[in-house]
Amino acid sequence: MIVEIGHYALILALALAVLQSVLPVWGARTGDAGLMATAGPTALGQFFFAGVSFAALTWAHVVSDFSVVNVVENSHSLKPMIYKVSGVWGNHEGSMLLWVTTLALFGALVAGFGRNLPAVLKADVLGVQAWVAVAFYLFVLLTSNPFLRLPIPPIEGRDLNPILQDPGLAIHPPLLYLGYVGFSIAFAFAVAALMEGRIDAAWARWVRPWTLAAWVFLTLGIAMGSYWAYYELGWGGWWFWDPVENASLMPWLAGTALLHSAIVMEKRDALKIWTILLAVLAFSLSLLGTFLVRSGVLTSVHAFATDPTRGVFILAILVTFIGGSLSLFAARAPGLAKGGLFAPISREGALVFNNLFLTSATAAVFVGTLYPLMLEAATGAKISVGAPFFDATFGPLMVPLLFAVPLGPFLAWKRGDLLAVAERLAVAFGLAFAGGLLAWWLTRGGPILAPLGVALALWLIFGALAEVVSRVKLFSEAPKTSFTRAVGLPRSVWGTMLAHLGVGVTLLGIVAESAWKIEDIRVMRPGETARLSRFEVIFDGVATRSGPNFVETATRFRVIEPSGRVTVMEPSKRVFRARQMPTTETAIATFDGVSQLYMAVGEIQPDGGVAMRMYWKPLVLSIWIGCLIMAIGGTVSLTDRRLRIGAPRPSRVPRAGDAAPTPAE
Amino acid sequence: MTRKQKRLTLIGLAGLVLMAAVGLVLSALNDEITFFTSPSEVIAGHVKPGTRLRLGGLVEEGSVKRGNGTTVEFRVTDGVNVVPVAYTGILPDLFREGQGTVTEGVIEPSGLFRADTVLAKHDERYMPKEVADALKASGHWQEEAGKVPLKTK
Repeated sequence: MIVEIGHYALILALALAVLQSVLPVWGARTGDAGLMATAGPTALGQFFFAGVSFAALTWAHVVSDFSVVNVVENSHSLKPMIYKVSGVWGNHEGSMLLWVTTLALFGALVAGFGRNLPAVLKADVLGVQAWVAVAFYLFVLLTSNPFLRLPIPPIEGRDLNPILQDPGLAIHPPLLYLGYVGFSIAFAFAVAALMEGRIDAAWARWVRPWTLAAWVFLTLGIAMGSYWAYYELGWGGWWFWDPVENASLMPWLAGTALLHSAIVMEKRDALKIWTILLAVLAFSLSLLGTFLVRSGVLTSVHAFATDPTRGVFILAILVTFIGGSLSLFAARAPGLAKGGLFAPISREGALVFNNLFLTSATAAVFVGTLYPLMLEAATGAKISVGAPFFDATFGPLMVPLLFAVPLGPFLAWKRGDLLAVAERLAVAFGLAFAGGLLAWWLTRGGPILAPLGVALALWLIFGALAEVVSRVKLFSEAPKTSFTRAVGLPRSVWGTMLAHLGVGVTLLGIVAESAWKIEDIRVMRPGETARLSRFEVIFDGVATRSGPNFVETATRFRVIEPSGRVTVMEPSKRVFRARQMPTTETAIATFDGVSQLYMAVGEIQPDGGVAMRMYWKPLVLSIWIGCLIMAIGGTVSLTDRRLRIGAPRPSRVPRAGDAAPTPAE
Repeated sequence: MTRKQKRLTLIGLAGLVLMAAVGLVLSALNDEITFFTSPSEVIAGHVKPGTRLRLGGLVEEGSVKRGNGTTVEFRVTDGVNVVPVAYTGILPDLFREGQGTVTEGVIEPSGLFRADTVLAKHDERYMPKEVADALKASGHWQEEAGKVPLKTK
C-alpha cells in the first residue's frame, strides 16, 4: 500500500510540476499577478509529493519489501540498516528518484527563501525549474519506475553490490546530487533573465548563494567519491580520470568559474553575458554528467543498468535543455546591456584570467571524456583516454591559474598595480620558495618537478593567509586592533581565504602523493618481515571471520616504527553471501597526521603465502582535507552578511526594456 | 590605455590561452591515447611490438598459472585467437577464468603481452563493452543467463 502511495505521489508531483511550468511563466508574460503567485505553492507542493514518494521507497527498502522489484534487486534482509537506506539510491531507479526529489527541494527552497525576488523573476525561475522537473519526472515514471511490483515475491533479495556497501558511498550520491541539481537554480535564473531580456548586478547577488551552496556540495561529493575509490577499490589511486569522475569534475570547474565571474558582475556590473553563459554551461555539464553516467554509454560502477530507452530519453532531455537554452542565449544575449570595461591588470582582469583557464581546462576534460565516444561512433576505432592525456592537458592549464590565485584578491578593482601587489606578497613568495627548497633538499634525487609543486602549493597557502594578514594589519598594528579588524572583516573575505588555502592544501597532497609514494608488491608467508620506508612490517597470519552478510579472510600484519610503536593492520578479502562476490578490504593506518600506510591483499596461495600490495603515501590525506577546507570556505562565504540578509532590491526598479545602468569606465 | 586597447588586450590574452589549450589537447590526442585491440588483431600483426595498447577478451579456461611470486600468467582469447599475458601484481577481485577482462601493456617481440594493468570489474554482471564487442565480432558472444530481467506485474 505504501509503495502505491509513493507511486501515486510521484504522479501528483508531476502534475503539479506541469502546472508550475506553465502558469507562472504565462502570468509573467501577461502581467497576471495571480498566475505568477501560483509558482510558490506549486513548488512547495511538488516537493511535498516528491518527498512522500522518496520516503515510500525508503520504507520499502527498510522493511525489505521483496514484492518490489527495486528492493529485490538491490537489497537483502541481512544487510545492515545503513545500507538498506543507502541502497535506495544505490541503484538506477532510486538514484533518479533522489535526483528529482533534490530538484524539487531546490525549487521549494527558492519558493520559501526567495521572498524578496521580483515577482516576474521568481515566477520565471520557478517555471523554468519546473520544465526540468517535468522532464525528469517523466523519465522516472516512464523508463525507471522504482515502484514496480512482482507477482510472486521471492523470499530473499539479491543484495546491493558489495562495493557499494560502504559509509562513504552512502553519502556520496546525495552530496553529488545536491551539487549537480543545485546548479539548476543558476540555470533557471539565467534562462529567466534571457526571457526577460534584462539583467543587472542584483541578479548576480541572487544567483550567487545558490551557486555557492551547489559548489560546496559538489566539492564534498567529489572528495567523498575520490576517498571512497581510494580505500575501497584496493588500487591505492584516488583519481582515475574515469569518464564518470570527469562527469562530476566538469560542472565543478564550470561552477567554480561561475562563482568568480558572478563576483565581477555583482561588484562591477561587467561580464554579464559571460556569467549567464557559464550558468547555462554549469547545469548543462551536470545534465551531461547525468547522461554519461545513467545512459549506459559508459560502462562503469555507476552504470547500474544499461537500457537503451533510458539513454535515448536522457539524450532527448539533454538536447532539449542544452540546445534550447543555448539557442535562447544566442538570440537574446546580444541584446543585453554590456557592462563596463577595465584594465587588464585589475581584479576583474584576474577573475577573467581565472575564467579563461578554468573554462579551457573544462574543455580539455570534455574532449578527453567524449573523444573516445565520438571516435568510436565515427570510425569504430576503440581507444581509451586515460591519465597521460589529462596530465598533459589539464596539468599545464592549471599551473598558471594556480600561480595567479594569490594575486587576485590583492588587485584593486578597475585598475590594479602589480608591483604593489608583489611587494605585499613578497613574504608569502619567500616562504613558498624556501619551502620548495627544503622539499628539494629533503628528497634529493627524487622527481625534479615535485619541489616546484610543493612551492606552488605553499605559495597558494601563504598567499591566501597573506590577504587576511594584510587586511587585519597583523604584525603592523597592536594585536588588539588586529583582532577587532579580523572580527569586522566580511565573511566573504574569510571564505575566499579558506577556499584558496584549501586548493593549496589539496595540491600539496597531490604533489606529495604522486611524487613520493612508495609501492611494494610482494608475496609474504606467515612470520616473514618486509621493510617499507621507515616501517617494519611483520605478517602474523590469516584468520576467517564472519560478518552480517559476508565471510571474510582477514590477514594480520604488525607495523613497527623505529620508535618501537606497533600498529596492527588487518587487510582482508570478503565474500558476500548473496552474490558470492569477493571484495578487497584495504587496511589503512595514518601516521604523522596526514600520511598513510595502505595495504591490500590478493588471494591466499596454496603454500600459505599471500600476494599483497603495500603503499606508503606521504601527505595523502591533505588531498581531502584541502577539499574540506574549500567547502568550509564556501560555507563561511555563504554566511556573509550581504547574502544572509537577502539581496536588496536594485536601487531603482527597472522595468523590462529599461536599460541597466552602465557604469562609467 | 584606451578602451579599444583594453578590449584588444583581453581578447588577445583569451586567444592565447585558447590556442595553448587547443595545442595541448591536440598533441595529447596524438601521443597519449591507447588503442583497444582483440587477440585476433594482435595475432594478425596489426600492432607493432612496444606500442602501448589495451587487450581485451575472455580469460581462457585453465590458462591461469600463478607462480609463487607475484607474477601471474594467463591467456586471453576472443574465441578464435589466443594471446599469452604476463602480469605482475594483484589481480582484481572479479578476475576469473572464462570471464571477460581488459589488460593494458605492451606486446613483446616474442608475442607475450606484458600487462601492467588488469582492469577491475565492479560487478559480476558487468562485461567490459570492448570485450563484448570483440566477442560479437568473432561470433563467440553469448548472453549471460544472469541478465534475464525479473518479470514485472
